[in-house]
Formats: sequence, C-alpha cells, structure tokens
Amino acid sequence: MEAFGLLMHGFAVLMTWKIISLMVVGLVLGIFVGVLPGLGGPNGVAILLPLTFTMDPTSAIVMLSCIYWGALFGGAITSILFNIPGEAWSVATTFDGYPMAQQGKAAEALTAAFTSSFIGSLVAVMLITFLAPMISSFALKFGPPEFFAVYLLTFCSFVGLGREAKHKTVISMALGLLIAGIGMDTVSGNLRMTFGSDNLLRGINFLVAVIGLFGISEILLTMEERLALRGHAAKISLRTVLKVWMDLPKYWVTLLRSSVIGCWLGITPGGAIAASFMGYNLAKRFSKDPESFGKGRIEGVFAPETAAHASGTAALLPMLALGIPGSGTAAILLGGLMVWGLNPGPLLFVEHKDFVWGLIASMYLGNVVGLVIVLTTVPVFASILRVPFAAVAPMIVVSCAIGAYAIQNAMFDIWLMLGFGVVGYVFKKIGIPLAPFTLALVLGSRAEDAFRLAMIGSGGSVGVFWSNGLVGTITTLAITLLFWPLIDRAFTAVARIWRPTPVTT
Amino acid sequence: MSKSIRATAALAAVFASAPILSLATSPATAWEPTKPVEIVVAAGAGGASDQMARMMQAAIQKNNLMKAPVVVSLKGGASGAEALIYMKSSEGDANKVLIAYSLIYMLPLSAKIPFNWRDLTPVSVVAMDQFVLWDNAGGAKTVKEFIAAAKAASSPFKMGGTGSKREDHVLTVFMEKQTGAKFSYLPYKSGGEAATQLVGNHTEANVNNPSENLEVWRAGQVRALCVFDKERIAYKTKVTETQSWNDIPTCKEEGLDVQYLMLRAMFLPGKVTPEQQAFYVDLFEKVTKTAEYKDYMEKQALKPIFLKGPEMLKFLEEDDALNKSLMTEAGFVAK
Repeated sequence: MEAFGLLMHGFAVLMTWKIISLMVVGLVLGIFVGVLPGLGGPNGVAILLPLTFTMDPTSAIVMLSCIYWGALFGGAITSILFNIPGEAWSVATTFDGYPMAQQGKAAEALTAAFTSSFIGSLVAVMLITFLAPMISSFALKFGPPEFFAVYLLTFCSFVGLGREAKHKTVISMALGLLIAGIGMDTVSGNLRMTFGSDNLLRGINFLVAVIGLFGISEILLTMEERLALRGHAAKISLRTVLKVWMDLPKYWVTLLRSSVIGCWLGITPGGAIAASFMGYNLAKRFSKDPESFGKGRIEGVFAPETAAHASGTAALLPMLALGIPGSGTAAILLGGLMVWGLNPGPLLFVEHKDFVWGLIASMYLGNVVGLVIVLTTVPVFASILRVPFAAVAPMIVVSCAIGAYAIQNAMFDIWLMLGFGVVGYVFKKIGIPLAPFTLALVLGSRAEDAFRLAMIGSGGSVGVFWSNGLVGTITTLAITLLFWPLIDRAFTAVARIWRPTPVTT
Repeated sequence: MSKSIRATAALAAVFASAPILSLATSPATAWEPTKPVEIVVAAGAGGASDQMARMMQAAIQKNNLMKAPVVVSLKGGASGAEALIYMKSSEGDANKVLIAYSLIYMLPLSAKIPFNWRDLTPVSVVAMDQFVLWDNAGGAKTVKEFIAAAKAASSPFKMGGTGSKREDHVLTVFMEKQTGAKFSYLPYKSGGEAATQLVGNHTEANVNNPSENLEVWRAGQVRALCVFDKERIAYKTKVTETQSWNDIPTCKEEGLDVQYLMLRAMFLPGKVTPEQQAFYVDLFEKVTKTAEYKDYMEKQALKPIFLKGPEMLKFLEEDDALNKSLMTEAGFVAK
C-alpha cells in the first residue's frame, strides 16, 4: 500500500492548472505527429525537447510523456484509414483495421483501436505502480541468450501461426534479414553490403522501409484500381462508440492476453515492437475462426493495439529503473532526463520520488484525457475518407516523403522509400506477406547480435539456449510454435487413431 | 534634394564601414551563426557523447552564449561512422559541430572508412575521459583477485564493452597482454547496455567510462577496481556511500600497467573560414567556464582541459600516432 500513498502524492503534484494544460497541449501535439507517417513519436519528442529545458523536470516530463501517449494514439489513425503505419508498433493494426475501414467500419475500427490502447496502457501503468522494484530485477535477468530466445520466439510464432503459405512467409522473412544485414556489423566492427556507398553505411532504416512498403505501395494499388479510395466514411455517432464498448467484455481473453504479452515484452528491453505482432498472431491462433482475421475483424484491432500500448508504456520502466530505453521514444526521453539533471538508474526511485510518482500519475491522467480527446475527434479523422482520392493521394505521398526524410535528414531515404513502395506493390501482387519482411527488418540485426554474443559467451555451444529455466522455456516454446502446424496435425492424427479403437473393441 | 540623399548615403557608408574595420581587428565577434547550430553526436541516445552534447546545449542556451538555437543531432549509425561521413560531406557548413572521441582515429583503421580528421577543422579539445575497470559487486575485490579469477576460469571469462575494435576492445587486449589472462570480449551497442549486462551478471567485468557506470556504482551494484590513468581521479567528494572518485586506485598501483585516456573534442567541417572557426573556439572556451560544464566534469569524473590552435594540433597528431600504434599492436588494423 506504500505504492498507493506515493501515487496519491503523485496526483497531488499534478493537480495544477499549469500541468493539466501542458498535458492537453502535449497530447494534441502528440496525436498530430503520430498521424504524420514517419514523423512519429521519437522525432516529435526530439523536436520539442529543447522547449522543456527551462521548465522544471516534472512539468517537462509530463508534457513530453503526453506527446508520447498522443503519438501512440495517433499512430493507429493512419494505419486504419490509409494502411500506412505511423509507427513500427502500428504495423499489425493495419492487418484488420484497414479492411474494416474499407468495409465502411472506420469509426468502429478507430474506436476499437483507441479503447484497446487505453486498456493496454492502463494495465501496464498499474503494473509499473505496484511491481516496479520487482520488474527491474526481472529485466536484469536478460543476457544475450535470453534476448535471442525472445526474438526467436517472435520469428517462430510468425512462421508457425501465420495464415499465409509457410514458404512465402520464410521467403519474406529471409529477404528482410538480408536487408537488415546492410551497414556496420557491431560484433566484428566491419562494414557489410555497403558497396562503397556512404548512404548505405548507416543501414536501411526500418521506418523508411515501412512507409514505402505500406504507404506508397497502397497508393500504387489504389491508382491501378481507377483512383477510388475504397473506404467509405460510415455514420459516426456516440452510438458507434458505445456499441464497441458494449462488445468489449466479449473479447476479455484477447485483451488480457495482449496486455500480458505487451507488459512482458515492454519490460524486456528492446522488445516493444515485437509485442503487437505477437499479440495479433496469438489472438488469431486461439480464435475459433482464424480464417476471418485479416479480413476486417474487430478482434484483429483489439489484439495488436492493446499489446502495443501495454509494451509502449511498460517500456518506460526499464528506462527509469535501468537507464535502458525500451523504445526509440523512450531513448529521447532518456536524453531529456539527463538534461534536467536526473540520472535514470536504480536510485531514481529513491532520490526523486516527486518526479517518478508525478510521471506515473501522469500516465493515468494522460491516458484518460488522451482517450477523451481522440474519441471526440474520431469523426474528424474518419471524415478524411470522404475526401476524393485524387486530392488525398498527393498529400499522403508528400507526407510520406517528409516523414522518410525527417528520420535521418537524408534525401537518399526518399528514393529508398519509393523503391520499397515498388517492392511492396510487387509483393502484394504475387501474394508474399509484408509483415514477416518488416519484422525481420526491425529485429534482424538485434537477433543476430544477440545470437553471436551468446555464442562468444558460451564458447560456441548451442546448449546456452537451455542453460537456465528462463531461456530454456522461451527457446522450447519458440521451437514448439515453429513446428506447431506439424504438431497439431500429429495430435489430431493420434487422436483419430486412438478414438475409434475403444469403440471397435 | 538629390544631393542631400547622396550625402546621407555616403555618410551611412562611412558609419557602416567603421564597425567592419573595428571588427576585423577582433575576429572573435566577426561572424555569428544565424541558423540553428547542430551538435553532431557520433553515438546513440543516452551515451557519454550524447550526455555531453546535451550539457553543452543547455549551457549555451541558459547562459545566452549564442543567439542561434542549438540542436543535438544523433548520428550514431554504423558505430558512429555515419557522423564522420556526415561531417566530411558538409564542407563549408559552419552550422555543424562534431563532438568527437577516439573513433576519429580508430574507425578509419578498423573499418576502412574513408575519413581523416585532418579534413575537418579542429576547434578545441574540451575534456579527457577516463576508463575504469569495473566488476560486479559480488565479484573479485581487487585487481589481483580479478586477474587470478580470470586465469582460473574454465569457461570464457566475459568482458563487456562498446563496439568492436575500439577503445574498450583495445584496453581488453592490452590487459590480456599484460597479465596473460584470457578474456572473451562481448561488443554491445552502448556503454549503458554494457553496464546493465554487468549488473545482471551476464559479463564478469567492463571498462566503461565513469559516466556510463556512475548510477549502478552509486547503487552498489558494481565495484570500481582501478582507473587506467597515471594518477588518480582528482574529485574527492563522496559519490557512493563510502567512496569518492579519488578513492579508486590507478591500475598501475595495483600492478596492471595499462593506461588510456580518451579525448572529447569539437570539430567543424572542412573549408570553413577562420572567422567561423574563431567564433566556435571562443564559444566553447566560454562553455568550459560555465557552472554547467564544471558540474558535469565533476559528476562524470572527466578531466577538464582546454586546448586550441597549434597546441590542439600537436596534441591530435601525438594522440593519433599513439592510437595507431595501439590499434596495430592489438591487430585491429584492416588490411
């Protein structure tokens, strides 16, 4: 109950008009940067960071973290309306969110996305509130073998649980891994596949690729289909919102599962992006009707969004407690903390109680205020779909280009984005799924580094992946998931042989 | 009427030229950036370079040392090579200033990056960074015990560090040469990661800069075994419950004769004018006199130092030669 008292103290710190108005300003700015593809959370926070230098640390972090929540909410908007993920964690939201928008259920999809975001972050904040000290020691258990096991689990769950043909998933993933290998290799310190080009030195940025693969390719496909944006704005009213909320209890298992996955991967440093993919795949796996996923099922929006936000929120915990940012935005916030003279680490919770509990309290308040703001603006965003495609398309392309450029201020990235747009178009035409490709691009080099560090540490023995309970369980789970279709078939076959026998005898 | 206008114009021209003449004698104020100035960081967010850049950004803005705003831009891609290439390709652009460290010597050698620091315009050396040998608080208590443990270990004895074939890796190789012990070097992406991996007992030791391990040291999770310098760190204020930076023995005192200091220096791109260079020399000299800078030096246990002009060039040439010989001896120079 000590935590509860401290939390109340945190709320007391926040309850001033100045901080509440900073919160609203931060949220609105955040939603705005979240909507622009590629600009996203990290850039938004980075651009606005210097504004906060003269503020006291508590006001500053409240404003910046509200930009972060806003960006998390905003990222879902473009994913659903235009099939352009504003952030890495919104990729999985496009799988069912975009088909829903095409079927005229944009408002439902947006409401579902915002509501599940809210639930996901709320669960994670509660976790942070009451379990903070224990969680930081859990995160410390992760060495190279454990990290690799988690990445392996993500990859395997994709192959094993994916709906698409297995060979196509593997092809897509292998191409992603290949591209992730471009640039400097941390372990050997050598350059790979740069062909003497300065532009390839820094590797292929994930967001540039995603903007091209999803956004530009979608524009190309739509153009082919005679310039008609296939979505129709539905009737939007308070009733839509209430209807979605009434349906919520039906999906409590999905929401709970995704929250748990999100929290777990969020506190695993660097695991936040994998969460939304895993949440989606598991929801599909355990659904009674997995075939309907990817065709506009509301559960397919709930699952990834809940997981993404639970992990996005939980990612702040390793940042505060260990000084390891769990996501790109958390990394910028970390830089901010240092400017304000706060050093993230185990002692932050002891030495700066006001700050830490003020931040945690602002997570509660920020999410509630954020939900109200985004829900009231759903009609505005959904009405974008009524604008003729010929007018919207150039705007989307321009905003994609700005986003791709802004990530690293490099003109080369715009050409790269266009290139990936063509790749995405071809992939969609020949039916190769894009998700495994993007996943491999995000996690590929981290998985490779973790694997090689684990190998150096163990002197080359693969046994290290079963060297303790934690890593052994994750690795075994990963391999089980990889061969799940076979195992599943074997089980059914065995059951079929078994059952008739007692009847005949 | 027209005559009087001409006279006024002539008069104005005289007045206008007067300040120019007087300015030419004190070039320090002759030029000032009008666009935002970018401090380019050749490392990831939260690392020692990033922290230092943010300190400078705050010091410049809070003390109004310059009219134009300062932004920090992280170009840590390709282990920092991204920043070097970025600076090299920004010839003549005096709105970008690199906060450099030993990578300017090492990266061109190990990864054959087409870069030479002589192509940039040196501004000033602003500090020297220390290296400390750390182990887990539950590990060996002295350097001797530590070396003995490394020699006795049957499985690989893991040393964490930042990047491959760089300062941390070089130090590890020289420790091996000095003691005959074998270490398995694990290159992480950042010093912060190396610190947590040590706390979590996934590595036995690391050679982080003080700033990278400060917080876990204060929390009593790691132990400082020795500092790789000729003399102890000067700061005597208590940092942990029982120890100050000054209480850490030098490695030489402990019988491990390895020394290494790393520069923290500012560079402009090549082909900027002498006035522009002079402006930044002056700016960073002012920065080193601010309270923010002094605070930062003490808190992160850096050696304050300010070198400019020929003094700096002499230092850079010597430092380059030293790093080159270390890299060659360690076998890290790409063929």
